[in-house]
This record gives sequence, C-alpha cells and structure tokens, in this order.
Amino acid sequence: MSNSEILVKELADKYGRNRESLMPILQDVIEVRRYVTDEVLVSVAKELDLSAAEVFGTASFYSFIDTKEVGKYVIRLCKTIVCDMKGKDAIIGALESTLRIKVGQTTPDKKFTLFTTNCLGWCHKGPAMLINDEVYTELTPGKAIEIIENYMHK
Amino acid sequence: MSKMINLTINNMPVSVEEGTTILEAAKKLSISIPTLCYHEDLCVAGNCRVCVVELVGMRTLQASCAVPARDNMQILTNSMKVRQARRHIIELLLSEHNADCTKCYKNGNCELQELSNEYRIGNRLFADLVTEKNYTIDQSSPSIMKDDSKCIRCQRCVRTCSELQAVSALAVSGKGNHMKISSFYDHPMHEVVCTNCGQCINRCPTGALIERNYIDEVWEAIYNPNKHVVVQTAPAVRVALGEELGYDPGERVTGKMVAALRRLGFDSVLDTDFTADLTIMEEGTELLTRLKKALVDGDTSVSLPMFTSCSPGWIKFIEHMFPELLPNLSTCKSPQQMFGTLAKTYYAQRKNIDPKDMVSISIMPCTAKKFESVRPEMRDSGFQDVDYVLTTRELAIMIKQAGINFMQLEDDKYDRFMGDSSGAAVIFGATGGVMEAALRTAYELVTGREVPFANLNITPVRGMEGVKEASIKIENVKADWSFLEGAELKVAIAHGLTNAKKLMTAIRDGKASYHFVEVMACPGGCLGGGGQPIPTSPEIRKKRTEAIYAEDEGLPIRKSHENPEVAAIYADFLSEPLGHKSHELLHTHYKARKRY
Ligand code: SF4
Ligand code: SF4
Ligand code: SF4
Ligand code: FES
Ligand code: FES
Repeated sequence: MSNSEILVKELADKYGRNRESLMPILQDVIEVRRYVTDEVLVSVAKELDLSAAEVFGTASFYSFIDTKEVGKYVIRLCKTIVCDMKGKDAIIGALESTLRIKVGQTTPDKKFTLFTTNCLGWCHKGPAMLINDEVYTELTPGKAIEIIENYMHK
Repeated sequence: MSKMINLTINNMPVSVEEGTTILEAAKKLSISIPTLCYHEDLCVAGNCRVCVVELVGMRTLQASCAVPARDNMQILTNSMKVRQARRHIIELLLSEHNADCTKCYKNGNCELQELSNEYRIGNRLFADLVTEKNYTIDQSSPSIMKDDSKCIRCQRCVRTCSELQAVSALAVSGKGNHMKISSFYDHPMHEVVCTNCGQCINRCPTGALIERNYIDEVWEAIYNPNKHVVVQTAPAVRVALGEELGYDPGERVTGKMVAALRRLGFDSVLDTDFTADLTIMEEGTELLTRLKKALVDGDTSVSLPMFTSCSPGWIKFIEHMFPELLPNLSTCKSPQQMFGTLAKTYYAQRKNIDPKDMVSISIMPCTAKKFESVRPEMRDSGFQDVDYVLTTRELAIMIKQAGINFMQLEDDKYDRFMGDSSGAAVIFGATGGVMEAALRTAYELVTGREVPFANLNITPVRGMEGVKEASIKIENVKADWSFLEGAELKVAIAHGLTNAKKLMTAIRDGKASYHFVEVMACPGGCLGGGGQPIPTSPEIRKKRTEAIYAEDEGLPIRKSHENPEVAAIYADFLSEPLGHKSHELLHTHYKARKRY
C-alpha cells in the first residue's frame, strides 16, 4: 500500500465508509497534505466505493480543497466586489511582482501559491487575504509585500 | 386506485392521478411545456428552469417538471410572466453557449436550437461570455466527442451515467461559473472508466456530447474505385432507422435500408445477423463444453456462469469493474467482429479479392462498437477487421446527403453470401434475445426437440424488467448429452449497466447462481443503443421491441443452427464450432482495466 492509501484507509476506518464520510475524510487529508492528488482521490473512491469522477467533482467544489499541488503557503486574496472596489488589483500586482508568479501559480521553490477567492467575510476591512489559515486585512500594496517578506524568512 | 387531483391549466380543467407533475398533466391537455434537463428515463433534476409555469396566487414561477399537481391549482403555461422568464433563461444559456449552429453536428436535431428557434431569440440581451471561457473539446475517444462549449450543464449525462449505467465516468465539477461536466481530473475520455456506451450522447440535448463520426471516411472509401467496400447491418438498426427518415417508431425498414445502402454505393450489402447466428453456434457450444467439463470431468477451473460477450460496452464495463469475473466471459467475439474477420478472410477468398483492397463498414446501434473495432485484439484477419463503424444516426445522415427519398424506395434483399439470417439473430437486438436464440439452439441440440414454448417464443426472457431470471428443465436428452438429463438450466438477463452491476455483485458474492447470463450495456438491449435515433424513450423502446419480435416471427427460419449459410461456412471453411479455425478467427480475450 502507498502512503496515500494507508492515510485514506485510516481515515475511512475513523469516519466510516458511507457517502457522508467523504467530506470529513477530504478535510483531514487537506490538514495533513495541504492538497489532494489524483492518487489520494482514487484511494478515497476505492474505500468509499464511489466513482473517482464523483469524488473529484466533490473535491473541486470547495475552494479550500486544492486538487493540484500547492506551495507551503497558500495565499488566497479576495476578489469579490467590496475588496475589488477597495483596491484588490493593486494588491495582486504587488504580490505577483514580489513572488514573481501569476495568480494560479506556485513559486519554483514550492513555498508560495497565489490564488484569488470569493468573499472571505471581511468586507468591512477589505482588501482581505488568507495565508493558509491566517487572515490579513486592510491591505495596501506595501503591507502585503511586508507580510510576504516575513513568510519568506520563515 | 390512487386519488385523483383536479386542477386547471390555461383555464382548462384536467384530472390526474396523485403524484403526476404539472408537466405531465399539461401533456394530457396536449399542451407542451419546453424542457431541457428533464428526461423520461432519468430522475428529476429541476436545474434548467425552462419548464417554468405560473401558479396563480404564487409570486415565484414553478418548475413544472418537478412540482406535483395539487387540487385546485390554476396553472398558466403561457402567461406574459412565463414567456419572459423562459426567454431570459434561454438567452442566459445562450450567453455561455458557443451557438455556432451551422457548423454544429447537432444542427437540426438540438433541443436548445429548437427552443431558441421557437422563441426567435434574435438580439442578445446578455453579454456573450463564450470568449471569456476556456472551453475544451475532448476528441480522444474513438466513440465520443465532448465539447464543453456546447454544454448547458443540464446534467442529463451525469444522471444517465450514474443512474442507468452505474459508471459515473462524468460528474459535475467546480462551482458557480466554473461548474462543468468532467471526467476524473478532466482526464481524456479514452483514459477513464467510460464504457463508450453512448447513452449520455443519446440524452444530451445539445451538441456537447456526440458520436465520433466517420461519415467522410466512408464516403471516401465508397468513391475509391480500387476498394471493395462491404457493409454489414446490426439487427437493431432496421427497427429504428425509419425514425430518422420520416417513419413513426416501430416501423421495420429492413428492405428499404438494404436498397438505400445499395444506392449509396456499397459493393456488397451484408447482414450482421449472419454472424449473430454464428455466435449462437460458437457460444452455445462453448456453454455446453463448459457445462460438460464442470459436470462430467469435475474440472474446477471452469468458470460458470458463462456471460455473453456481444456488447462491447458491457465488455469494457466488466474489464474495469469486475476484472475477477473476466474468466466467466464467453470468448466469442461480438457478431460485428466475427463478421469483420470473416469478411477479410472467408468472403475475400470466395470472392477472390485481396483483403488489403477491402474496406469493411458496419452500421450499428452502438457507439461502443466504434471503440471495439479499434481494439488491438480485433485484427485476426491480418488487417483491422472492421474499418469504420457508423451509428444508425450516421447512416441516416448519409442517406439524406445522397438525396435518397427513403420512404419511396422499393424493398431490396441482402446479398446472398453472408447475408442470410434467422429470426434468432434478429432478436439479438432486444434484451433477452441472445439468451432466447441460444436456448432455441442449445435445447434442440441436446434433446433433439424444439424448446417447449409456444411458437418458439421464450417469453420469460423477454420484457423490460431490469434483471430477468428463467430456468428450463432438460429432459429426455440425446445419448451424447446424458450428463444433462434432468438438469435445470438456470439463466439470468440484465440490460443497462446498473442492472448488470447488481447481478454481477450477487454472482461475485455467491448470492446467486446461474449457468448462463446475458448482459447488454444499453437499456432495452441494442434497440435502445447509444447510436440509435434521438430521442429514445421507454415508449419508443417498446415500439422497437415489438418490431424486433415481429421481424423474427415473419422469417421462415427462426433458429440459428438452421441458417443454411451457417451450415455452409462450417462445411467449407470453419469445420466445426470451437474448432481450430474458429478459435483463431472468432474468439478473443479480454484485459483487466483500472477501476478508477
Ligand atoms: S448545440 Fe445546438 S444550439 Fe448549440 S451550436 Fe449546436 S445546434 Fe446550435
Ligand atoms: S454534456 Fe449534454 S447532457 Fe451533459 S450537462 Fe452538458 S448539455 Fe447536458
Ligand atoms: S458513454 Fe456511457 S459510460 Fe461513457 S460517459 Fe457516457 S453514459 Fe457514461
Ligand atoms: S468582498 Fe472581500 S472579504 Fe467580502
Ligand atoms: S426541465 Fe424542468 S427544470 Fe429543467
């Protein structure tokens, strides 16, 4: 058995093998692995006797389940209307030039991945972004760069 | 009797059984309400909203396909509010749709096109989003093309693949404006568990899922003076082709189809039914041999029950889903492939034609047969045995292109050589038909008497029940078969892969035991195949079934072993069923495939 298979089997033992266990299993995988791979999703499909396409479909519905490899730190900048009006484009520009990647990409050292996402519920303090589970609000380009630089040295 | 519900639709009173939807109630009054996501074969999804109607007294419009009729409802199907909403819904769908109708394969047979035509959608109200989208077109499969720019996300395909076929090769992925229909990780269709059955194609209301068509390749072969082009036609095509060419469902058009194929320019018009009869000889002998090995020789390596192997969608399904049961599959090739090999060997020799100068075409109710024809195992003649497979729909297109007035054609007959068939071969097109044909022959082979059913009609194996079971007692056998004396031959039949999955699970888990099992991938058997005319509905399948059995009863020979051409091919070429040559040309092997 591969590592993924072992992990998924343990989680299926823990949560059970009916359809409702799918989300808790995926959430736990994300906690351990940060993202899911086709290998993991196939293992989940096998354990729960679902079709792989269905498992992929479910995983892809949630913005917090990344179905492609992501870096150690995943940046999710809000792109919804309030943050947009409060200047998210400038933040994107600052992040892209600091990290030298475009939205959707991961840095070659696999440290950062940059995404945009929908409303984070921090509209009153926009523009807002998440780095993994940490929220950063009232961003300016300068502030955003400073935050990233801190992470670079972590 | 269930309770009756009284309501009015467009001010006309109507009374319907409890549980009837507004959509169905309207049908009773001959009012049609447009639908897109709704399909008679599938559970209600209620996601497209084009079927909305006004319920007087309610502020919001209701999806008529999903809402059951209730007493005293006053429904309006064509009020100002309804018309406006519907128009907006259609326009919204079109705003994300690559509505390039003149270049679209579904032009003229598209539910979305029909609707926008009805509503004369002209000026666009909404911004065109097609250019913003990164749509992909998947042409990887030899059977199916998937063009996301034509998809309206009605999810008929998703429900088909999961409810009817238990495969779920397609699912909904992403959300919001990223929502789409995708395979696992959006892998190309030929790399995933898709069985190529084409049931999704048959239900897709637009051009998002279509068959890979080979019409131009076939025209090219016909026009090439150096090629000898033979065509074979499957049993189920003759009871459905008419639907594409002006007839009502259930019309048998065998003679006209043969005439049309001649006019199209095929050098020889032949019948897959001939090899269906041959399949019965080979498969029947294989079954009896397996039974003998198991019962007399005590050979425990023999796998029983034996499964039929004529449905390539079923074959790919079992290769993916139940590889442990592959030894139970009969090794017989499908009739299409038996025909293909024999065309480029037996036929070529008799006609003195170099097989390299032949092009072998088949007309099938099936998209899975396109995949089957390119399997590497299917080259026993030394060439690709079947060069191109066309669906019933593609043949209809060719007939129209050639300017043939189909309904006016005089009936014609198949060519004599490899064109003869029995009624037993014709019923291959209906679920239970292969079983019935096999029993007609095997029973007679063993006992010397006809099967004990009135007029040879083995009714317990017929009909639309998902899984059918029957047993037949074998008594007073001929000396060679004494080991079968008093035996009860137990058989089962499944059609639609969801039913096949149920049956296979029971067999695998030792919860059911049979000797012989027939499986057809498509609901109703080949007559409901993925390559058949669109629409196909329960009612239409019933009509085609009746036509198949009528065709059988109308034929002078109704048992495979009585087909004189079958006797001739054994005498002149193959020598005996399961003999050396048969093994080489008519049998094959299977491979386990990934489940995910
Ligand atoms: S799918 Fe229908 S509406 Fe769309 S381009 Fe094709 S024919 Fe036209
Ligand atoms: S591919 Fe066809 S059936 Fe499937 S969701 Fe799209 S339009 Fe509907
Ligand atoms: S062809 Fe059959 S198995 Fe393949 S996606 Fe369509 S319905 Fe599913
Ligand atoms: S709009 Fe950005 S957090 Fe709500
Ligand atoms: S047909 Fe009723 S919602 Fe689609």
